[in-house]
Amino acid sequence: MFESLSQKLDSAFKSIRGQGRLTEKNMKDGLQEIRMALLEADVNYKVVKKFMAEVLEAAEGQKVLESIHPGQQIVKIVHDELIKLMGEKNEPLRMADKAPTIIMMVGLQGQGKTTTSGKLALKLKKSGRKPLLVGADVYRPAAIQQLEVVAKQAGVESFSLGTNANPVDICLMARGEAQMRGCDVIILDTAGRLHVDDQMMNEVRQIATQVNPTEILFVANAMTGQDAVSSAKQFNDVLPLTGVVLTQMDGDARGGAAISLIEVTGCPVKFVGTGEKLEALDAFHPNRMADQILGMGDVVSLVEKAQEVVDQEEAIKFQKKARKGEMNLEDFLKQMQQVKKMGNMADLMSKIPGMSKMMPADAMDQAEDEIKYVEAMIYSMTPLERKKPRIINGSRRKRIAAGSGTSVQQVNGLIKEFDKMKKMMKKMMRGGKGGKRMRGMAGPPPGLGR
Amino acid sequence: MAGFMGRLKDRLSKTRGNLVGNVKKIVTGRSIDDAMFDDLEETLIASDMGVETTLSIVDELRDRVKSDKLKNAEDLYGALKDALRKRLAEGDHTINWTSNNGPHITLIAGVNGSGKTTTTGKLAAKLAGENRKVLLGAADTFRAAAVEQLMIWSDRAKVDIIKHGEGADPASVAFDATDAALARNVDNLLIDTAGRLHTKVNLMEELKKIQRVVQKRHPGAPHEVLLVLDATTGQNGLVQARQFTEALHVTGIILTKLDGTAKGGMAFAIQQQLGISIKYIGVGEGIDDLQPFDPDEFVDALFEEA
Repeated sequence: MFESLSQKLDSAFKSIRGQGRLTEKNMKDGLQEIRMALLEADVNYKVVKKFMAEVLEAAEGQKVLESIHPGQQIVKIVHDELIKLMGEKNEPLRMADKAPTIIMMVGLQGQGKTTTSGKLALKLKKSGRKPLLVGADVYRPAAIQQLEVVAKQAGVESFSLGTNANPVDICLMARGEAQMRGCDVIILDTAGRLHVDDQMMNEVRQIATQVNPTEILFVANAMTGQDAVSSAKQFNDVLPLTGVVLTQMDGDARGGAAISLIEVTGCPVKFVGTGEKLEALDAFHPNRMADQILGMGDVVSLVEKAQEVVDQEEAIKFQKKARKGEMNLEDFLKQMQQVKKMGNMADLMSKIPGMSKMMPADAMDQAEDEIKYVEAMIYSMTPLERKKPRIINGSRRKRIAAGSGTSVQQVNGLIKEFDKMKKMMKKMMRGGKGGKRMRGMAGPPPGLGR
Repeated sequence: MAGFMGRLKDRLSKTRGNLVGNVKKIVTGRSIDDAMFDDLEETLIASDMGVETTLSIVDELRDRVKSDKLKNAEDLYGALKDALRKRLAEGDHTINWTSNNGPHITLIAGVNGSGKTTTTGKLAAKLAGENRKVLLGAADTFRAAAVEQLMIWSDRAKVDIIKHGEGADPASVAFDATDAALARNVDNLLIDTAGRLHTKVNLMEELKKIQRVVQKRHPGAPHEVLLVLDATTGQNGLVQARQFTEALHVTGIILTKLDGTAKGGMAFAIQQQLGISIKYIGVGEGIDDLQPFDPDEFVDALFEEA
């Protein structure tokens, strides 16, 4: 997500690192690089100015420290300041004491309000709520149809009064409708509007005043530039915003808008949109985000994700086998499926520090394709073949290739690679004495015991 | 054209107030020094011009100060205008909508939410208004109700539309649309595609396939591949333009949502760094709110006295 900014900061600090010690002068150069990097990352220039002053102030007090890695010292300072700015922890969605909870989605055109409304509805449904999606965008052609389709995909109720109704009336009537249908959360999908359009801003103010929402979420695109500040400020002046949703975080935008938005609205980022699918809405974690901005990778969430999906007993069994060199293709397949459960490879790799620099996105997609082939080949083997790969002779290889839609060369390659890996793992498991464990794809997942 | 100028000036009034207001404030009664250049740099950055373009403009102004022996900062005002105008003048900002061999075909692409469908609708209305026979191809089969949205625009512009169901293969929609364009002998076919992030390899491949299919059915097509870019986008706009250009034969850019306070500094950065020109600008949600991009007028409007 923030990879480009991370790269920028990496190179900025590299020049400091070479100089051994932190002096006021070389820190200044580094900070200038950070300033440029933040500007290129679309953090608003005023916000950058303020932020850099804070960083400088924090850094200057520390300059007397006998530091071995002056670069790291500055990284730490910038990191801490970023966290301070983004809020210490993730702020959950507010729920009304007495149902219904009303969540109002607002923002400029094309930020992803309707899609985000659907994602939020699905998330709430999964946590046991019964949401009602309300289509209050009577202006954009087919916006209400879009919301209805999204509601159907999410399996939640939807309500609207067509394009001739007044959006304020639609939102007001939603309360009764929710009560009638037994819904406890109302999500109001309002039309996208420009912050300089007085008439439209007045309409959205009226909705907020009359409906009194529990949450008013400002939906903004992570790719937004310097103007994020003016639009967010206007919306915040007209409405009591309670949170921000950052969408399209799955792109390669540096996402500096996040910092601008938080600074201007004083609201926390509550969610981030990370894909086109309805499931792709994640909580925002300032700490992890700061890590990511500084290129430290999102290791914490990767480990958490691993622990969520990996069957620990299976993993221990696998390790025992690997150590004895008894691993077979059946085990290999199981391991691969565990890895796959953790999600999209590219997404996964991007969380490992430095990984995205080493592997471009299309290489990642290729790796994913390769896993599919390997899976198909193993599925085309008999149970005996999977347990004893050495019995796979020429004619069996031909059959496997035909069965999996691959070539004999590919089957040869798989068996060769598997043999190599088996030997290597046996060596590593024995020689490492628990110190160096293999952490590759087929190895024990990170975070698990010996 | 007077109407357009007025409208653009009106639409850009807030932008103008900001940029010119700032530039004026920075140069008025000041001597030329580093602090003044720093302030100027910030003002240009604030317009989303990007660090690289901004620095190149500021460097150019520094050179002008030396070569022209400029003494007071106010003289820089004209030099800045020159520098901006020069950067846009490099490109060709017009589109020839007529093909000498069958229908003229345009592919519309861009990231999600940039305003592709709206722009396609406005373009259809504009071309139909010039007495051309226009056909729309609804190749955004992914986003919920995108086809319905384009159908409403086809009604408004009173043009025909070729569509399949939601979830259909967009390349086959493009093929059928091209087929129909040839069979019905239309003047212009506009194909609206689904929004996609330029980082999604498979979706960019899908886009390439759409271009290939159109090309195969009607050699020489698509005649135009227009990238729709949201003016509020920051530096990622450059990345988008670069990536879409790598995947497709992008012939121009339509810069949308210029009716807000976003300053469209992107236009300078993209022209300078990628050599791709802005062809149209979107200045509102109405059917007429699409205007040809005129670089001189654009810069003039930025500098017009209030």
